[in-house]
Amino acid sequence: MTAKRLNKGGQIDRSKKLNFYWDNKNFQGYQNDTLASALLANNQTIIGRSFKYHRPRGIMSAGVEESGALVTIGKGKYRDPNVRATSQELYEGITAYGQNAFPNVRYDLGFINSMFSSFLSAGFYYKTFMGIPPFEWGRGTKIWMFYEYFIRKAAGMGSASRKPDPDKYEHAHDFCDVLVVGSGPAGIESALEAAQNDLDVILVEQDFQLGGDLLNQEGFIEKELIEKLHQAGVKVMLRTTAFGLYDNSVAGLLERVEDNYEESFKETPRQRFWTIRSKQTILATGAIERHIAFGNNDVPGIMTANAAKSYLNRFAVLPGKNVIISTNNDSVYDTAIALLKSGADVQVIDSRSEIDKHISKIFLQNGGTFQLNSAPFKAKGARHINKVQLASLKDNTWSVQGKENCDLLLLSGGWSPVLHLLSHRKIKAEWNNENACFLPGKHDEPITVVGSAAGVWDNNNCIESGKAGGLKVSKLLGKKNQNFSFPVPGGWKKALKPIYEIKCKNQKTKSFIDFQHDVTTSDIRLAHQEGFISVEHLKRYTTLGMANDQGKIGNIIGIALMAELLNKKIQEVGTTTFRPPYTPISIGSLAGRNVGDHFRPLRKSPLHDWNLNQGAVMIEAGLWQRPWYFPKEKETISEAYVREAETTRKSVGICDVTSLGKIFIQGPDATELLNRIYTNPFAKLPIGKARYGIMLRDDGLVMDDGTSWRLSENDYFMTTSTTQAAKVMAWLEELLQIRWSDLKVHLTSVSEQWCGISVAGPKSRETISTCLENPEIIDNENLPFMGVVETKLITNIPCRIARISFSGEMAFEIYVPSEFGEPMMEIIWKKAKSLNGCLYGLEALGALRIEKGHVTGAELDGRVTIDDAGLGKMASTKKSYIGSAMRKRGVLNDNNREKLVGIFPKDKNTTFDAGAIICELENIKGYGIGRITSVTHSPELGHWIGLGFVSGGYEKWKNKTTIASDPIRNKNVEVEIVSPHMIDPEGGRMHG
Amino acid sequence: MIRIKCPFCGERDHSEFTYGGDGSIKYPELDASIKEWVQAIFFRENICGMQVETWHHSSGCRMWLKVERDTLTHEIKSVEAAHDGLAKLLRRKQ
Repeated sequence: MTAKRLNKGGQIDRSKKLNFYWDNKNFQGYQNDTLASALLANNQTIIGRSFKYHRPRGIMSAGVEESGALVTIGKGKYRDPNVRATSQELYEGITAYGQNAFPNVRYDLGFINSMFSSFLSAGFYYKTFMGIPPFEWGRGTKIWMFYEYFIRKAAGMGSASRKPDPDKYEHAHDFCDVLVVGSGPAGIESALEAAQNDLDVILVEQDFQLGGDLLNQEGFIEKELIEKLHQAGVKVMLRTTAFGLYDNSVAGLLERVEDNYEESFKETPRQRFWTIRSKQTILATGAIERHIAFGNNDVPGIMTANAAKSYLNRFAVLPGKNVIISTNNDSVYDTAIALLKSGADVQVIDSRSEIDKHISKIFLQNGGTFQLNSAPFKAKGARHINKVQLASLKDNTWSVQGKENCDLLLLSGGWSPVLHLLSHRKIKAEWNNENACFLPGKHDEPITVVGSAAGVWDNNNCIESGKAGGLKVSKLLGKKNQNFSFPVPGGWKKALKPIYEIKCKNQKTKSFIDFQHDVTTSDIRLAHQEGFISVEHLKRYTTLGMANDQGKIGNIIGIALMAELLNKKIQEVGTTTFRPPYTPISIGSLAGRNVGDHFRPLRKSPLHDWNLNQGAVMIEAGLWQRPWYFPKEKETISEAYVREAETTRKSVGICDVTSLGKIFIQGPDATELLNRIYTNPFAKLPIGKARYGIMLRDDGLVMDDGTSWRLSENDYFMTTSTTQAAKVMAWLEELLQIRWSDLKVHLTSVSEQWCGISVAGPKSRETISTCLENPEIIDNENLPFMGVVETKLITNIPCRIARISFSGEMAFEIYVPSEFGEPMMEIIWKKAKSLNGCLYGLEALGALRIEKGHVTGAELDGRVTIDDAGLGKMASTKKSYIGSAMRKRGVLNDNNREKLVGIFPKDKNTTFDAGAIICELENIKGYGIGRITSVTHSPELGHWIGLGFVSGGYEKWKNKTTIASDPIRNKNVEVEIVSPHMIDPEGGRMHG
Repeated sequence: MIRIKCPFCGERDHSEFTYGGDGSIKYPELDASIKEWVQAIFFRENICGMQVETWHHSSGCRMWLKVERDTLTHEIKSVEAAHDGLAKLLRRKQ
């Protein structure tokens, strides 16, 4: 090809020269070039290699529909594959690489594939590698998985960087009255009209320059347009793609903030993901020119006629000297004349039998020549087009004619309005025969389509259409009541002649439809022959329209061929549904800032830093960070928690329990509320006492457990488990607002306001009492088991103390306002340390409670009844409460239900795993007879123990050997079933 | 994306809310029979069209709302407080 940059004209800024690197070779372009236009100006023709056959591919378009010039931008962690060179803005230092080729796109060894192309038709891999007949026929997926690895290596496009994404992304929101998508003649007119009528307008343009098709017109000055929009008060978003439309007039936008710079900046994100909520949306998304299928129509040097116009008028690149233009409509003649004026030889081959006299006259005056009833049959040239063999139409059949020399072949097979965003809203497109394209169907969404997206081809009609759109939304939003009328679709002087494929009798060709996925017209025929009659199936079988252009260029041709084969109308065949995004968007932009530490909120107790200073290793519990264990030098986790549990039972241990949910329940009906939600009676709980309670769900299964402390007649302090805190709060709110609106109760979540610790062990009372201003207040008489007091620690720290035990030892929970957390801990820890006490974490807490057979989230997993958990005694028979009826359902009272048990290993030196299945000795299979939920090493008993659920419970299996079967770790351990209360079953320690 | 006009906070994005469930259920008394409870808990109409449902303004005012929503189009016809007393009060104020 002999493409060259012109000395004048275009939108490029010749004063700003830019260096760029294509496959490590230095080239120059200008500000406002795309990568494609700069490559073209440097006469680079082979930009990519095709997916399957590794055929050379050049630039085919000048927009987002590009199927040939896909490149990789950047290197290392910045590597970004499959970027369309035609929409990538050129910047100083941009590095681009050819992809899917070895050693490079110009000389690619993978091209050998194309020699076997007649075998590599649709479904080839699946048919072949499911097993080589006859030996492996029907062996199925195993064989496929083996071959797939190699096939994936050979096929495919660019590869992504495997390094973490170094860029920042951001989410943003905005509101407006009218969102206008597209800044062509129609979009601009709509935006201006709406803004002038006092509406708040956002105009979105995916390109880095404003103007849409105006940019391809001679003499357009972008600056004037920007000024005009600015004055009208339109908010303009450049480099921003409206990639999806959603319910309630919500649009998803992707703004490429710094994709036009080599470096990323500290202050700005690379891309910004916008959610725009508008009242009305105007789509001025334009139309995409179609290719025509004929032999070797993928050879570099073939592009759409409009692309050539864009390269010529916008980028001042004359893409060829000796140009042939093939068309079926009027739209190419402007391009042809512009090319002639720039010094190219132009021959138009029009498939129609006549063209408009006025058009032909001007064209001929400018020195062009044309042939009617003709079309390209086959392109010649291995690496670049050098000849076209023509075909001519007679009596509705094409016959092969002579060859013509050329260095550029331009195509116009008609225009397809961009209706993707309508498709997102499930608005069906309707086939329009006259214009051979899909047009927007009827709908009642707040969306208006204007300009060529509505099938209006003439520039002035597009402006009129845009104005009508602006007036329509102004009227709908109550701003201006002026009549408007939309121009009818169409506008060709002489009708377009539908043409999709040029095929001559007894002549084989390789005619591509989907250039990225190497789908040819024969693949469509094969699919039809094999019985794929729905377009959705056709798409999936041949992968037509599944590449990163999502069928923007090829879909219509495929559908038209399908219709022809099925002997149906195109409307009957219909289109596949386009789904968001319109053009590819990065995963990073979807994630936004929710990455790394910001992936989810982090909850820290007021003692977090204090715990870390004491050497705590932290673990996640829901969103909370909780101390896991406090290792002394070189201690492992097992050594640490066993020591902590042991110390607690012997002396005293302190544990941060701030993460428990805490709800303040107040009001004259507070007692009534508690009595209705807990299974056990709360009506007569005295002031100054706490009670452990179980809540059921409506369906009678256990929801959560916790304690409620009666602080005064109408005030209760409720604790919930850490993980269920939010759920319990929402549940109580639901009950009070929806079901029991007559109850006078007020709820306040005070989880953040109170810091809590548990002090447990035989020396717990001694520890605390010396820290109190009034030590006697926690004597056994003043504070018996489950007693509650409000008092003060020395140094005047207000606190609430309840004698509650989760560990089975004598224990106290102390709550202070959060700001007093650390001061409290300093006082109490100082005393505990002097008594050889310890701090303990979640792991030791687990050990202590498992020894006692106390249940937590591992056991209360939403499948368990109160009886299953061994807490049936806590279910009152004298009152009704949530779940009281449903827990009596037959299935929930089956004697064979799995019930809480303790588990010992038969050989006391062995261990077993939580998650193991409990099976009968000689019957290890299926679901077994139960499961193990929690396992720990018991310092008290000196061996491993567990909690679990076994069908029929402890009574049924005691003194029998069973197997803890762990099929994943391939481990079977002999265990015996014991009572879940593995130490101190009478509870002497905690009451003492 | 759904926008819900909370009677207490104004129009907000649905991401501030948590979906509750069927808002038309009449929950039985606590001492009602198993049969009544089974009906109330497990049996649901699968409505295509307008449906009454509960939403919790969980990242807002913490109020439960009764929302009439079209399950097909997401159109929201009405929103009011689920608390009948409050709803009545707000209706009177309008």
